[in-house]
Amino acid sequence: MAEKLVVIGAGMASGRMLEHLFEAAPDAFDVTLFNAEPRGNYNRIMLSPVLSGDKSYAEIVTHDDAWYATHGVQTRFGEHVTKIDRERQVVVSAGGETPYDRLVIATGSAPFMIPVVGRDLPGVVTYRDLDDTNAMIAAARPGAEVVVIGGGLLGLEAAAGMQQRGCKVTVIHLMGHLMERQLDPAAGYLLQKALESRGITIHCKGATKAILGHERAEAVLLEDGTVYGADIVCMAVGIRPEVRLATDAHLQIGRGITVNDQMQTSDPAIYALGECVEHDGQLFGLVAPLYDQARVLAKALLGQDSAFRPVQTATKLKVTGCDLFSAGDFADGPGREDIVFRDPARGIYKRLVIEADRLVGAVMYGDTADGNWFFGLIKDGTDIAPMRETLIFGPAYQGDTRTDPLAAVAALPPEAEICGCNGVCKGRIVQAIEGGAVTLDAVRAQTKASGSCGTCTGLVEQVLAVTLGDGYARPAAQPMCKCTDHTHEDVRRFIKGAALKSIPAVMQELAWKTAGGCASCRPALNYYLLADWPLEYSDDRQSRFVNERNHANIQKDGTYSVVPRMWGGVTTPAELRAIADAADKFNVPMVKVTGGQRIDLLGVRKEDLPAMWADLNDAGLVSGHAYSKGLRTVKTCVGSEFCRFGTQDSTGLGIKLEKLLWGSWSPAKVKLGVSGCPRNCAEATCKDIGVVCVDSGYEISVAGAAGMEVKETELLCKVASEAEAIEIIAAFVQLYRENARYLHRIYKWVALVGLEWCRQQVVEDPASRRALYDRFMVSQSVYQKDPWTEHARPEQRAEWRPLADLTLEAAE
Amino acid sequence: MTHPAAQWTDIGALDDIPRQGARVVKTPLGCVAVFRTADDRVFAIDDRCPHKGGPLSEGIVHDNAVTCPLHAWVISLETGLAQGADEGRVATYAARVAEGRVLLDTARLAARKAA
Repeated sequence: MAEKLVVIGAGMASGRMLEHLFEAAPDAFDVTLFNAEPRGNYNRIMLSPVLSGDKSYAEIVTHDDAWYATHGVQTRFGEHVTKIDRERQVVVSAGGETPYDRLVIATGSAPFMIPVVGRDLPGVVTYRDLDDTNAMIAAARPGAEVVVIGGGLLGLEAAAGMQQRGCKVTVIHLMGHLMERQLDPAAGYLLQKALESRGITIHCKGATKAILGHERAEAVLLEDGTVYGADIVCMAVGIRPEVRLATDAHLQIGRGITVNDQMQTSDPAIYALGECVEHDGQLFGLVAPLYDQARVLAKALLGQDSAFRPVQTATKLKVTGCDLFSAGDFADGPGREDIVFRDPARGIYKRLVIEADRLVGAVMYGDTADGNWFFGLIKDGTDIAPMRETLIFGPAYQGDTRTDPLAAVAALPPEAEICGCNGVCKGRIVQAIEGGAVTLDAVRAQTKASGSCGTCTGLVEQVLAVTLGDGYARPAAQPMCKCTDHTHEDVRRFIKGAALKSIPAVMQELAWKTAGGCASCRPALNYYLLADWPLEYSDDRQSRFVNERNHANIQKDGTYSVVPRMWGGVTTPAELRAIADAADKFNVPMVKVTGGQRIDLLGVRKEDLPAMWADLNDAGLVSGHAYSKGLRTVKTCVGSEFCRFGTQDSTGLGIKLEKLLWGSWSPAKVKLGVSGCPRNCAEATCKDIGVVCVDSGYEISVAGAAGMEVKETELLCKVASEAEAIEIIAAFVQLYRENARYLHRIYKWVALVGLEWCRQQVVEDPASRRALYDRFMVSQSVYQKDPWTEHARPEQRAEWRPLADLTLEAAE
Repeated sequence: MTHPAAQWTDIGALDDIPRQGARVVKTPLGCVAVFRTADDRVFAIDDRCPHKGGPLSEGIVHDNAVTCPLHAWVISLETGLAQGADEGRVATYAARVAEGRVLLDTARLAARKAA
């Protein structure tokens, strides 16, 4: 029979422990879970975005009712456990007695209230759980006065959140500078300046004397006589382990509940983990060691060997957009030396503390990109004497120490998705590795990660390398460019997995080695970001190659060529007249018919482009995107409408496809062809995507090439209706947009991922096809617009002319 | 070799040049490309790549360099020198920002014309 496991407290540590337990042995325990809060496990770290309004509670729930039901957990939420009877092995609560074979105490911590007059008044809140957060949100009218007591991490997050909701916020901090446990005075000062510039009042060295008010809190009085009006007072001065139950049960207690390396208390049937425990004299507040404890405890409960060994932790914090990093010990002391870097104009401060040629502490503000690298040096106790002179400039300046691409992988949270095809997160892969899967093939076999399209292979290997350290020999991969050691595929994964939504964010998080990238990586990053975040990212024109920036093809003499779109290669006399008129008006030196069934006007001067576009727009013509990494042309033959051999309306289908796909950006150019019969007059079988019509329907083939390489397309599928053909082609284009490396044409990408995988996504799985199609349409809602119309507006035309003409002045 | 005194000419507003971009100024000696970097510094160099005469003003600007749009030579905006394995140099001109306006030192442009 399963053992009875009772857990007191449904927080992040116990939640993670249960996950490990159910994964390893789903039926070993009957679990009863008590929680004082009337809800289950949620991501407490994310309360700040809930307070500021950036997220809702629903978005931060870790385990919902369905999860508890699936794993057979008896939930007793909102029910306080009042007593542990160790003798009889039962816990006592309002609902009666619950027996246990094993008990886990995970009561977390309680906010510390400073003992001042008025602390019990309504309007005085703490900032610890969802109820506190909701109380603050309810009180947060715009213009309301808020006093936050405590300038540590929690207090500043509370202050920032309330300020974002329009309140007038004052932070009172007892110490001389903010976050004194994580920051030194200089970094604290920069943080204070940044918060003050956002309109938050900061009062350091402020000791609270009393909270004033009759019916409810009205003001805060400081020892120095200062009074701050307060509609709401948030007490955020610190937390202490919640040990009352354990104390009453006469378990051994220090500052927290004393546990051994197996998270066992002084009673062998009772375990404890999380913020309520004390291990080896140490308390724990950050999530990483709590997750370690969760893993150890799950193993201990299952009788497996494991021991908790606290590792040094670094703090990398985001307080309202202020970048902070601190690790190690940065107090002054005999035998300690500092290296300090300041750039006041950019608000950057870095300080390294060195003792006996070893880095022992690091504090950074404003630019924290190198934080993980410094943290690695601290943990490893690396001898820094050889690189001391350039140490503060980070890994990019160490001649023989290459930037560690593993740092970014190490920094990914366990829930970050590594393998998109199979929905495998980093935590699952690490688990598999720790369970003995020490090769790529083994990880693939156990988790399916990198088993489908394979583009995350590099990342999975990096997770192996991070987890196994020197025990894993990683094959070398080709980095994206000289600015980074990451491959294109890895960068795409990071953009999705870590939700990076701007070029600076990518460069920051992936530790780019150059200041602004280069002409190779910037267009690639711009594409990846706009493809992955169509609604959130805004296209960076300055990261575009000239042709896409100017929406025309630059020629060797600096003039441009202009190609209007001719849908499916069909035009009208009126359009031809407009093109002829434009060619005359702007003295176009050459008019040429292109291979894509349209007309090219070559030799146009840049300053003439907007006026010429406006003329062509007036005739109903739009940009043909003859310059873009995007949909170029859909070449057609005349099909069943005129041709005596035609089996379907190939011209009509070509026009429909072009009208659907135009304007979409892709990793490289995309050309289509639609032929009305197997005679294939539209040469569809050497295009990126080709359709050959037959009596019974449409043969869709992909991955052809007719450039430097020549290659026939491969059959993707055959469908009966035009509607199906259109949906499959759009889904296939989206699959390519989401997964291919920048500048890889479709045939190169298909060679890497395999046609079979593509077929599964867009042909065999209708749900996947529909989702791809829908995502394509979302992107089109943003990007399917005529750039000519946009740039030909009269108020924009000055941008296309020289900034100044000094030849005129010289002539005077 | 003599250096003529600086002759600062107001060529337009800083905001008329996109960050990490450039605009062209026509001069009697040909086009000068005026660049604005990500951190709002301005640089002026001849708008002709030393390789095949490509319009440098249309290149991608990264840090304090530009990549020519025709054949990807990288030119330093500070020195005008081609970077990496390529050899060549374009003329540079002093430029600065004052009260949101871009000032170009046209002394050498005029001097070269006089010579």
